Amino acid sequence: MNFPILSVITFLPFAAGMLMLAMPATRKNEVRAVALATAVIDLILSAWVYLQYWLGDMSGYQFIEQYRWLPALGISLKFGVDGMSAPLVLLTGIVMFTGVLISWGDDDPHVMAGIQDRPREFFAFLFLLAGGVFGVFVSLDLFMLFFFYEIAVFPMYLLIAIWGWAKTREYAAMKLTLYLFIGSVVALVGALVMYWTQYQNTGILSFDMIQMESAGFSSAFQYAWFLPVFFGFAVLGGIWPFHNWSPDGHVAAPTAVSMFHAGVLMKLGAFAALRVGIMLLPEGAKQWSWLVMTFAAIAVVYGAYIAFVQTDLKYMIGFSSVSHMGLVVLGVSTLNHNGLVGAGVQMFSHGVMTALFFAITGMIYDRAHTRMIPELGGVAKVMPFATIGFIIGGLVSMGMPGFSGFVAEFPIFMGVWGRQWLVAVVASISIVITAAYIMLAIRKVFFSDMPEKLVGHISPITALDKVAISTLCFFMIVIGIFPAVMVPMIEKGVENVLRLLGGA
Amino acid sequence: MAIEKLIWLIPLPPVLAFALIVLFTNKNKALSHSVAIGAAFLSWLGAMYVFLSALGVEHFGEHPYESSINWLPTGETWLKIGVLIDPLSATVLFFVAWTVLMIFLYSVGYHNFGQPAGDHDHKGLPPHGATEHGHAVLSIEPMYSRFFAFISLFAFGMLTLVVSDNLLTMFVGWEIMGLCSYLLIGFWFGKESARNAAIKAFMTTRIGDVFMLLGISYLYSTTGTLSFRAIFTVEILHTLATIPSGVFGLSAAGLIGLLLFIGTVGKSAQFPLHVWLPDAMEGPTPVSAMIHAATMVSAGVYAVIRMYPLISLDEKTMTVVAFIGAFTAIFAATIAVAQNDIKRVLAYSTISQLGFMIAALGIHAYIAAVFHLVTHAFFKALLFLGSGSVIHGMEHGVLHTGNHKVDPQDMFNMGGLKNKMPITFWTFLIGGFALSGFPLITAGFWSKDEILADAWGHGHMIIFFTLAVAAFMTAFYTMRQITLTFLGEARTPEAEHAHETPWTMTVPLIILSGFAIGYGWFGIPEHFPVLGGLVPNWFHEFVGGTLAEHPEAVEFSWVPLGVSLFVAFVGLLCGWLMYRNVKSAAEDVFQISFLKNKYYFDELYDFLFVKPIYWFSENVVYKFMDMTVINGILHLFGPSTGGIGSTIRNYFDLPIINRLIGDGSADVTYWFGGKLTRIQSGRIQQYLVLSLTALFVIGGLIYFFLLA
Repeated sequence: MNFPILSVITFLPFAAGMLMLAMPATRKNEVRAVALATAVIDLILSAWVYLQYWLGDMSGYQFIEQYRWLPALGISLKFGVDGMSAPLVLLTGIVMFTGVLISWGDDDPHVMAGIQDRPREFFAFLFLLAGGVFGVFVSLDLFMLFFFYEIAVFPMYLLIAIWGWAKTREYAAMKLTLYLFIGSVVALVGALVMYWTQYQNTGILSFDMIQMESAGFSSAFQYAWFLPVFFGFAVLGGIWPFHNWSPDGHVAAPTAVSMFHAGVLMKLGAFAALRVGIMLLPEGAKQWSWLVMTFAAIAVVYGAYIAFVQTDLKYMIGFSSVSHMGLVVLGVSTLNHNGLVGAGVQMFSHGVMTALFFAITGMIYDRAHTRMIPELGGVAKVMPFATIGFIIGGLVSMGMPGFSGFVAEFPIFMGVWGRQWLVAVVASISIVITAAYIMLAIRKVFFSDMPEKLVGHISPITALDKVAISTLCFFMIVIGIFPAVMVPMIEKGVENVLRLLGGA
Repeated sequence: MAIEKLIWLIPLPPVLAFALIVLFTNKNKALSHSVAIGAAFLSWLGAMYVFLSALGVEHFGEHPYESSINWLPTGETWLKIGVLIDPLSATVLFFVAWTVLMIFLYSVGYHNFGQPAGDHDHKGLPPHGATEHGHAVLSIEPMYSRFFAFISLFAFGMLTLVVSDNLLTMFVGWEIMGLCSYLLIGFWFGKESARNAAIKAFMTTRIGDVFMLLGISYLYSTTGTLSFRAIFTVEILHTLATIPSGVFGLSAAGLIGLLLFIGTVGKSAQFPLHVWLPDAMEGPTPVSAMIHAATMVSAGVYAVIRMYPLISLDEKTMTVVAFIGAFTAIFAATIAVAQNDIKRVLAYSTISQLGFMIAALGIHAYIAAVFHLVTHAFFKALLFLGSGSVIHGMEHGVLHTGNHKVDPQDMFNMGGLKNKMPITFWTFLIGGFALSGFPLITAGFWSKDEILADAWGHGHMIIFFTLAVAAFMTAFYTMRQITLTFLGEARTPEAEHAHETPWTMTVPLIILSGFAIGYGWFGIPEHFPVLGGLVPNWFHEFVGGTLAEHPEAVEFSWVPLGVSLFVAFVGLLCGWLMYRNVKSAAEDVFQISFLKNKYYFDELYDFLFVKPIYWFSENVVYKFMDMTVINGILHLFGPSTGGIGSTIRNYFDLPIINRLIGDGSADVTYWFGGKLTRIQSGRIQQYLVLSLTALFVIGGLIYFFLLA
């Protein structure tokens, strides 16, 4: 097939963003229509990529496209997906689609749902972010990966600082940006060193990552450079102790940006850490996996403990993301089949789940004008649909069988036990605590009596909200009941990782 | 073979019913309960067919029905999910199918189907009654359809667990039940107590589940399989028994067994994770019956019985199991004596009876444990449904008098219900006698006697005496309950106006009482005096076939039989004598606050675990670590960067770069320029001298350097 589908997926949001900026600012609904149309096309295309990969022989990199860009330095625009990245491309499509839906906006001045203020600029920046994210997931060229990575980080600052929660947006936006740029600079240094070392070793001047897999880095080189590269990227994955930007960012961000942030942006970090850190420096990964595992296990328990005492719903979900992303890194750090497969599924599952959580939290906040758990109550009576959605998200979060969370966590624990049983025991504390804070929040927010001052102020959610919730729930349930729609694909990606690790 | 396909189908009707009710029929109450009961009936039909076919198979234990498919791919092999019906699961399937069907049918009457909608009823609260033709009548449950949807899902979880052939699907069913218990205990979510009880039940069992998950992880990483039949092979069991685990001197088998057993401790409410079960009474009574008999707690015991070949490999683990069971049996019985709520007495009796089963398993009395599991499920379902019927009758009385302050569950508000509710009375009496182990005619006698006989026969004296005392107390509090509820005179006007319940509730009671008596006859030991051998000991033969080595029946001894007879008769007699004339709670000698408050375990756990976790999360992890240390370091970056900046500025940039190099070069130029002004004097002669001097110097330099 010669249709450059990955390029279209990646560059369509950029083009749509430019188109929207060219439209008159007063034409809000037309802008929204363009945004939705773009999101739908990208969702369909990414689902197509996923299905084609799944229906095919699921081997290696597919849909490969390559364009010369700066041949003198060995930089080319090279795209392709494998079993690890295809689900993440689909995930980005899903989050983009649902993010646009819940940002649609309601002209009722009492509700203030979605984005009322300058939707044109909002969607333009959001799509810049989305295009960057797609770019990272499909890039097979290290330089391009960095290129899109920075593109994805930059609009976050504007989106949070302009449309965010007035109280903390400037602080959070600055914190987030600094963290992510510092992380990526550290990783970039590592990448440039890898690039020059490859040139010295082989005489090939190239950023092509498949090429770099056989660059023949010495063990000493890998031991030295694994940590900066891995942690530089993992900052974006919310690795402890560099997680602090993430909850603050979530809280300050507008709903759709929170969805992107937790749903896909954090995956970007974990994915890049895996693709560049582990796959290109496998010896280093083996050497340092104990350290990564320790930090990840701390993140899992630590995030859960903090989430347990939060009174702001968004902070609670933000810290639960730290905990759940910790599970991803924990799975990655096992460097064995079960752990990596679990990590792959967890990336998708957590992405959909937190997007759902933030979407529903946003709906509640838009109506109740508070996110404080003690001030909320009785939401179930007015928003039964959102209640069911939140409960399903909660069940995924606590790893209930029949939902995607179980398919992810079960192999992770198997894998971790295979490496170090003590870590599995420590990490398992989070299972109990996660169940506790989810249950307590559900009890208070949705089922307790509604406080006096909220009565009559909470309006039902819109049809678009329902479409968004149903879409997200659909994926969590389907994967939970039929893991075969995703697991074999991720297994193929994992096989490739294990091959590089020398069958470890 | 077709029967294997049929086994796959057994759990499916309830889950389809769940989906159908949720998606389509929830507006129509009659259709919803028809769908649910129809589904339960289909599962029942399938279960009975499988059970009866299994009876006809020679050496069924060695040739069980099994089939599997791939589900979750891991490693080289797929994690298979499959079904397995061997003698053990066939036996369990039998009682699960029966009790589930009975409970479903009973729920129709319990939730007042056919009654009008309440005057002031809300979703999330129990119905308060309606007015019809000027009379107060019971009103239908406002969330009637939702109840049948949830309870169908519950049944699905249990049936999945029973038919599964591996720990993975078993764990799936196990967790689904945990979820359903949460949903159903908190069914009346408008009540704060119900919301709290739901979370407590879920969290407490969840603690057990985590250990179970760890046990499964350990097992899988050691053996590479989770299938029962694959694990219970001689080689794998031998490997597991010989690898040391490095913890407490246990073998790998011992540690795995212990971890799985902790899962059971949570699910089956054994000490010290027993605290959730009494609070679970907050749910509607059919749910209590589901949890206490048909599903949840039975699932816990079933799981540990299922893993018996593994757990029994390590004697240390078995000792823990036996002592936890025996201690729970007597501990819960002492609490039950002091409870006034008719359902709470039963709740503690469940904990106690489960302790009997666990203890039996711990002393290798495998068959006795299974036997008691089955008989207990029947008579406890009967008792719970009976108590629901009593409460229902009392609610009738409450509506009649209009005094809503009267608690229809407090036994001291009852009395004399024997004549008002004869069917409920006689069936409850049968259930109560079965629980007490009333000799010869009740099923409970045969199963409990077998446990005591095994404990005696194998020389476990501590276990034997503990269980004997617990059995005595069981008879005592059961008779206390029956006397207070049904015998004597009505103590309140509400009890005088109590009413027998409709047929949908009494028919299940009658059927279950049939099992509460009859089931015991299939397990009469061969060597029992007079009766032994009249009916073949089918149960021993059939269930014993599950194990690779058929367990031997113990020698008959008069001691355990005598003890068994003694505790049952004397316990019942004491209960009747002490309570036949009691008029109010004040006259009850067992109103001891230490017992009534369940030894303050709730408060203790709150103090020991809940509060410290809050404190630790809030102060250590959040405020200290995250906000102070990590954020502190971060926020130090700002000032420290500023500090570094101003240091550089003040001590390097300003004095050296700026002053010395930047400004300095200008100063030097300026100073030098100032000096040079001296030669601009305006005198021609001086200029001429300077020019000539320069000419000679430059000329000399050119001569020496370029020409010479």
